[in-house]
Amino acid sequence: MCRPYPSQKTPDQGCLPQGHSAIFACTDPETLSGLSWLTCYLTTGKHLAFYGAFGTVLLLLAITAPAAMAFGFGGAMAARSRILPVSWLGRGYIAVVRGVPDIAFFLFFVIALDQGIEYLRHKIKCPDWTEPLRQGSDFIVCQAAKMPLGNSPQWVHESYGFSLAVLTFAIVFGAFAANVLYGAMRAVPRAQLETAEAYGMSPRQTFWRVLVPQMWVYALPGLGNLWMVLIKATPLLFLLGVEDIVYWARELGGAKTPRFTDYPHPDWRMWYFLALLVFYLCFTRVSEIVLDRVMRKLTRGQATSGGEAQRKALT
Amino acid sequence: MSCWETVQAYGLRSLGIGERLLPRNDFTLCDQFTLIGSGMIWNVYFGFFALISGFVFATALGFAKAQPSPWVRKPAEWFIFIFRGSPLFIQFFFGYFLFLSLKSVHPFFDAFTSAWLGALVVLFFNTSAYSAEIFYGALQSIPKGDTEAADAYGMSGWPRFKRIIWPTMLRLAWPAYTNEAIFLFHATTLVFFTGFPALQQRGDALYYASYFADKTFNPFVPYPILAMYFILLTLVIIGVFGAINRRLNRHLPQDQIRKIRLRPNLIR
Repeated sequence: MCRPYPSQKTPDQGCLPQGHSAIFACTDPETLSGLSWLTCYLTTGKHLAFYGAFGTVLLLLAITAPAAMAFGFGGAMAARSRILPVSWLGRGYIAVVRGVPDIAFFLFFVIALDQGIEYLRHKIKCPDWTEPLRQGSDFIVCQAAKMPLGNSPQWVHESYGFSLAVLTFAIVFGAFAANVLYGAMRAVPRAQLETAEAYGMSPRQTFWRVLVPQMWVYALPGLGNLWMVLIKATPLLFLLGVEDIVYWARELGGAKTPRFTDYPHPDWRMWYFLALLVFYLCFTRVSEIVLDRVMRKLTRGQATSGGEAQRKALT
Repeated sequence: MSCWETVQAYGLRSLGIGERLLPRNDFTLCDQFTLIGSGMIWNVYFGFFALISGFVFATALGFAKAQPSPWVRKPAEWFIFIFRGSPLFIQFFFGYFLFLSLKSVHPFFDAFTSAWLGALVVLFFNTSAYSAEIFYGALQSIPKGDTEAADAYGMSGWPRFKRIIWPTMLRLAWPAYTNEAIFLFHATTLVFFTGFPALQQRGDALYYASYFADKTFNPFVPYPILAMYFILLTLVIIGVFGAINRRLNRHLPQDQIRKIRLRPNLIR
């Protein structure tokens, strides 16, 4: 592949080095200095991948937040269930995830989910396989059950890794969300439910028509908190083997010698991580402001102490 | 090797005492229990010292944030915002690389690039910020009657702080502070997964657990062992902090004592 210089009329005069932005004339970095060097340095292909990784983080948040809510809702419903084993399952899910360091869960689930999926595929695709799956220190499944298949392209491997990460996040944060929602469901005044029963609603109708619409006011502070926690947990993607911002910051910041790159520089990892720190600070600050606004909107006119304080402030 | 021999060989492996080589194959349950337990020494070390030193600093920060003068209040607010608003994971990385750069300036910073001091400093700042916010919240909710009574007795300055404000603040903050302590111990597992190197494979509990999971391709043994250790540790913390809570509240009627409730929402 060869891209011509933007200013050239004829393409045969040479081409841009691979991975450079065409906007800047970054052909010969050794002649550059000061700001133009920095501009060129910050637009190399690897840096563009680094900026793309911020998109990965946002994508993870966008997918994980609803997924965790779904897990949380399921967990809270299970914990409230009148069937005892289901209720134990829900409570156990909430209790276990809360009691153990989260990072241990992240490391555990990624391997466990991977092996679980491969085990299921193995059972379905190779039913006549007789050897044991665990041989010493190896976990062996038949070729057809490998996930993803050995001959699949790179992007399949990457998106498989990413979806495992999303599922792991959803399971762990689902437990936190379940705890918040469970508490919110119990905070809805008992009289409301009794009234619904008095009108002859079935438990299912009571749950969906009376309990669920009313619980959100009680759940919102906890869920907002959870969102902040979720933002701050995104760097853990690095531990799950996804090429995220932490990965790129380490890669790009490390000392580079002129032999391997056009842009030699000493160890700059400190500055890269400072940039990440600032990114997260801005992100949490903006979320905080938005959540505050949402909360103020929602408490308006509610019969809670927050709503009462708003009413008093107005008069 | 019998299990007792394993304990003798690897019991203090995380401190560099005992057998140098980690087991490479034929991992027994005993190996895993011993080494992961050995790694817990580091988790307890980091958590304990960060908590003790952080407590003092957090008290100062909490009071600074409650001051009317902006010269005192603003720095405290910024410190708390920076350490609560960014992930601990990134703070560890940043701290490590910062110390690495400072090391080339002055040899005084040599020790800071190793985990035992550098990670402890980061954890100290982090827990100080979180605890300071808790203490600040408690300061704001000290009953007005208590301070008015102190004024009526003619107390001011140091005696007023020592005998009225500080004990009441601690009493009110203690349930939240217990949670902070629990999650601080959980957060210590991040140390060796950030920049800080585990020299000669002297790591914490999670380091050894992931070592076993990598070697055996079987996460279903080491991680539950780790979970068991941490649940035990959490129970110990709850026991100790519960005893202190009872002592702080011993003058109150039984039904007014705030119960310590575990709250989940703290990953840093």
